[in-house]
Amino acid sequence: MTQGRTGSMIVSNLELIPGRRIVAHYGIVQGSTVRAKHVGKDIFASLKNIVGGELKSYTELMQEARDEAVERMIAEARSMGANAVLNVRFATTSIAVGAAEILAYGSAVRLDEQ
Amino acid sequence: MADLFQLGVFLALLAVGYFAGSTIERRHYASIRRREQEYRDVLAFMVRFPFDRTTPQRAFLVYGTVVVSADYFKTFIAGLRNLFGGRFRAYETLMERARREALLRLKAEARRKGSKMVVCVRFETTTIASGWAPAMEVFAYGTALVPDDGSLRLPDPPPGVSRLLGDGLVRPRS
Repeated sequence: MTQGRTGSMIVSNLELIPGRRIVAHYGIVQGSTVRAKHVGKDIFASLKNIVGGELKSYTELMQEARDEAVERMIAEARSMGANAVLNVRFATTSIAVGAAEILAYGSAVRLDEQ
Repeated sequence: MADLFQLGVFLALLAVGYFAGSTIERRHYASIRRREQEYRDVLAFMVRFPFDRTTPQRAFLVYGTVVVSADYFKTFIAGLRNLFGGRFRAYETLMERARREALLRLKAEARRKGSKMVVCVRFETTTIASGWAPAMEVFAYGTALVPDDGSLRLPDPPPGVSRLLGDGLVRPRS
């Protein structure tokens, strides 16, 4: 997702990257997004609630929201000149009926070149 | 008459919820067991640090998520159970299924990106809807490692532990 190509960002929830040295710390970076459920999806989901099981449309919604939160976090880290975000954590809060905030945060750092 | 009709709808929903719900649950468990075998070689650990901290490895975040809901029958029983308290098996199996599913999706993403080991795995559970249409999200995330030379460096496990490690995670019985 976020590593391999030149100039790409290393994102990990580890406190270190094996074999690499941290040469600079830039502090906390974060990315968040608030997502609301689509009314149509909501109606379908409430039908799905009768039989139970996975609510695929909600799963996709959460997946997309998390991708976006991570992307925003990466954008902030990049603007600081970091090449990695370590110790990434997630937090999810339902802030209203049908709306959830997804937060990704971590430490922006610069790793030495391999 | 109208009351009778309402009661009929309610009982029909209960019956549909019960039969469809247990069929879905049975199929889901079968699918989980099959995929857990399939992904046996992708190991998942909770350890905070990689086993080998010095060899350069590719490390990247992977995650798996699933939103589940209880069926109408389970939701109704949950309402009753609230009156008396105590252990509620139907929701236990729902959450367990969700957790195993989230871990499997994390492993699937790790494998898709060429990794066979995920460390620092964490789970997060959020209620995203409640009441008569409850929905819970289970989210698993961790760091996938890909050693540059293609090898996996695990420490030697103490005797008797290897089977647990080979399974990826110690988990409750199904």
